[in-house]
Amino acid sequence: MFNLAGYGPQLFSGMVTTIELSVLSLVVSFVIGLLGASAKLSKSRPMRGVATVYTTIIRGVPDLVLMLLIFYSLQIWLNDFSDYLNSIQGDFTFAFPLDPFTSGVITLGFIYGAYFTETFRGAFLAVPKGQLEAARAFGMRPKQVFRRILFPQMMRYALPGIGNNWQVILKATALVSLIGLSDVVKAAQAAGEATFRTFFFIVVAGAVYLVLTTVSNGVLILLERKYSVGVRKAAL
Amino acid sequence: MIDILQNYWQALLYSDGYGVTGLAMTLWLLVLSCAIGFCLALPLAVLRNARNPVLWFPVWLYTFIFRGTPLYVQLLLIYSGIYGLDFVHHTAPLADFFRSGLNCTILSFGLNTGAYTTEIFAGAIKETSHGEVDAGLAMGMSRVTLYRRIIIPAALRRALPAYSNEVILMLHATTLAFTATVPDILKVANDAYSATYAPFDCFGIAALIYLCVSFTLIFLFRRTERRYLAFLSP
Repeated sequence: MFNLAGYGPQLFSGMVTTIELSVLSLVVSFVIGLLGASAKLSKSRPMRGVATVYTTIIRGVPDLVLMLLIFYSLQIWLNDFSDYLNSIQGDFTFAFPLDPFTSGVITLGFIYGAYFTETFRGAFLAVPKGQLEAARAFGMRPKQVFRRILFPQMMRYALPGIGNNWQVILKATALVSLIGLSDVVKAAQAAGEATFRTFFFIVVAGAVYLVLTTVSNGVLILLERKYSVGVRKAAL
Repeated sequence: MIDILQNYWQALLYSDGYGVTGLAMTLWLLVLSCAIGFCLALPLAVLRNARNPVLWFPVWLYTFIFRGTPLYVQLLLIYSGIYGLDFVHHTAPLADFFRSGLNCTILSFGLNTGAYTTEIFAGAIKETSHGEVDAGLAMGMSRVTLYRRIIIPAALRRALPAYSNEVILMLHATTLAFTATVPDILKVANDAYSATYAPFDCFGIAALIYLCVSFTLIFLFRRTERRYLAFLSP
């Protein structure tokens, strides 16, 4: 029954691609989210405006539409850019080919950066103001306040949101097979078409995702336990 | 940009001359899958909170599987997987059903949003304060009346903010329909892209339409919340 018909290695490398893609996208969107949240909470009006437009538009448009939009447009823009550089230089030294993996990371990071911005914004606001004032009163620099007081406490409030976004990113990587990346879905489709057992191979791909989401759920529970050290929960 | 709009505005909004396409198709997908999901979720959410494992375990398994795998994989499984099975192929009614991309899309969307909605409603039911239940029992209500008059109406109100989120996410998820050749907004935009090779214009127009629908939905849900959650307003 459980016969992969020799497609095990392809499925495995597809799974590795899926994991790499989601982890890299998570890192990119995490950084964008931190930047976006600080822009949204900053005193400068233009910064707040840009961040608000970014999160509103990105969260209002389906991720698949954005993915196709960015993936196809990015390559054209890069080609135009390299043409422009070449026309200045006079030779053909510049070229920026874009593979599906890189553009997948850029696109997913850009899209979920907007969701992370909102998560972090809420978490930053949840840290009591008095704590930051106390830290300043101790003579800490803004950088130290962020590293020692704000960030560790912010993580406590942000973790459920981060976990949620991570699960969404993990599942969104399945869409990247639509723009030609050979991830686990693509591998399963290819194997299914070759062996006429599409149902079985798609179930295998689904099982891979199920394992990944379940494992990351477990890790998340551990992380939440770590970051909520010293918080007493109401006993119900 | 202008010529794309001139050539495709009808297809993007309601019809390409042969059938329903574009915005009309997207809204139809959204309404139908949300209706299926809602009808599925209400009884399942009650079962999810049952004490008997025989009742809650199957529901837990259903939501676990459908929330743990990508919708795209579920759609692929139903659209290309099930039709390839021998017994489906040889049973006429089943083969007819699964041959249509639209049927498969609506089935998978309904099952998917049903799983998420079940968890949302189950969470809301679980939060019912025991005082309300005690009061209902003291009034001599039967379990059915208790659920019908007290628990479900209050739980649906509490679930409204989370449910509105789920509907918006479902709108975003309907874009996957184009992989099953259902002519929704994205499919029309993709056709326009294949004809013109102007990705930013074609997908940008589609993005704007989706943005408008998202904002309209958010506006409608805000109004609904103001009406049904008026007792929570400051």
